Amino acid sequence: MSRTQVLEGSEAVAWAVRACRPHVISAFPISPQTHIVEQLARMVADGELDAQYVRVESEFSAASVVSGASAAGSRAYTASSSQGLLLMTEVLYASAGLRLPFVITGVNRAVSAPITIQVDHQDTISLRDCGVLQFYAESAQEAYDLHLAAFKIAEAPDVLLPVMVCMDGWILTHSYEPVSLLEQEVVDRFLPQFRPVHFLDVNHPKTWGSYAEEDVLMEFRYSIQRAMEGAKTRIREVFTQLGELTGRDQGGLVEAYRTEGAEVVLMAMGSVAGTIKEVVDALREEGQKVGLVRIRCYRPFPHEEIWSAVRGAKVVAVLDANVSMGSEGAVSMDLKAKFYGRPGAPKVFPCIAGLGGREVAPEVVREIIRRALEGDEAEDGSWQPYWAGLRPEILP
Amino acid sequence: MKITIGAVVEGGSSLQYRTGSWRLERPILDHDACKDCGRCEEVCPDSAVHWEEAGFRIDYDYCKGCGLCAYECPEEAIQMIPEEK
Repeated sequence: MSRTQVLEGSEAVAWAVRACRPHVISAFPISPQTHIVEQLARMVADGELDAQYVRVESEFSAASVVSGASAAGSRAYTASSSQGLLLMTEVLYASAGLRLPFVITGVNRAVSAPITIQVDHQDTISLRDCGVLQFYAESAQEAYDLHLAAFKIAEAPDVLLPVMVCMDGWILTHSYEPVSLLEQEVVDRFLPQFRPVHFLDVNHPKTWGSYAEEDVLMEFRYSIQRAMEGAKTRIREVFTQLGELTGRDQGGLVEAYRTEGAEVVLMAMGSVAGTIKEVVDALREEGQKVGLVRIRCYRPFPHEEIWSAVRGAKVVAVLDANVSMGSEGAVSMDLKAKFYGRPGAPKVFPCIAGLGGREVAPEVVREIIRRALEGDEAEDGSWQPYWAGLRPEILP
Repeated sequence: MKITIGAVVEGGSSLQYRTGSWRLERPILDHDACKDCGRCEEVCPDSAVHWEEAGFRIDYDYCKGCGLCAYECPEEAIQMIPEEK
């Protein structure tokens, strides 16, 4: 039913996309995303994948091509990183509003300036408000699995929104690990042909995204929000179905790792969870009550699952690989918004960790836990973001 | 009225909007001068000129009074007169 190969993370994603039989793929090169679309180009050129491969002149066009293809009733896919994802922003808002269920890989990379190709989550986090579902992978295997789930969730008639699978650039895209691939017929049974609710048809013309004024626009926005919240049920269902096929249980909307009776719960997304799990294991050995909640689905925000996993903890220390300049990390803000006023809610310790590829080594995680336990918040109870591993000595 | 997913609107729904109420000037077609060439029907941006057995007819429910038909008519058979309400 499956075979295991040692694959580069990008290749694993290309294999997942290939198995989903997209009709249209648009591609524009940008590191660290490029290997994915290079592999897909090879698959199309070698006749292994019957898809229209469109080489576009910018990421704005890449997003526009999958948007148009999806409106025409095609299963469509693209990928990008960093500035490329930001250039797609306008189209992604429109695609969510048009309720077009394509899938995009957001290979995480920091945003300029200064220019860098190193990893953090600033690019995809900046797209959190546009109505695109966001999943975050910890490993190449999980990136593979999430892409299979992504098409099925996006295309569900009660969701019909784009889905972005986010994965850490280089760490996941360019390292090799054993990845178990499902046989094509298994994927075909799991993910049948796309059956669009509406599609562009010259013989049955219709208008998409027609003009809306103040009497209806708010209801359109509300229906996206409702679809997002409703998608949680669909995501749980699809993750469970896929888990039964693969025999892998990577968690639902979140993965709760050794959170039972934890005093301090760390919260993070992406590949850094691997390091955190090592530290959690080591500290549990030493008798410290620590755990991890890894967010797999960031939009919609899984506050119900998070609440169940962290209730009873004293502190949740959030490792944000992004910062909303002038405030703090996005995940800690989301968490506080959902926890505020709930009796028994743990304190939230906001940490900025892993910006621009800054390594989050085990000792960095230990220091975060030490500070969380010590509780170094201000006298008024407010807790300023801790920039883990910051080098103040080189500041101007 | 209910909104639709993705603001998808089926074809032909603009017939519900009687845009003729926007008109400031009304085209009047002189059937005696008209040679039935059909230029007015071609240029009308609102498809508000129709061929019928008795000749061309202007649909005042949808004619916005732009005057293109009068401007283009080779016989000067269409006059624009101020709309009075």
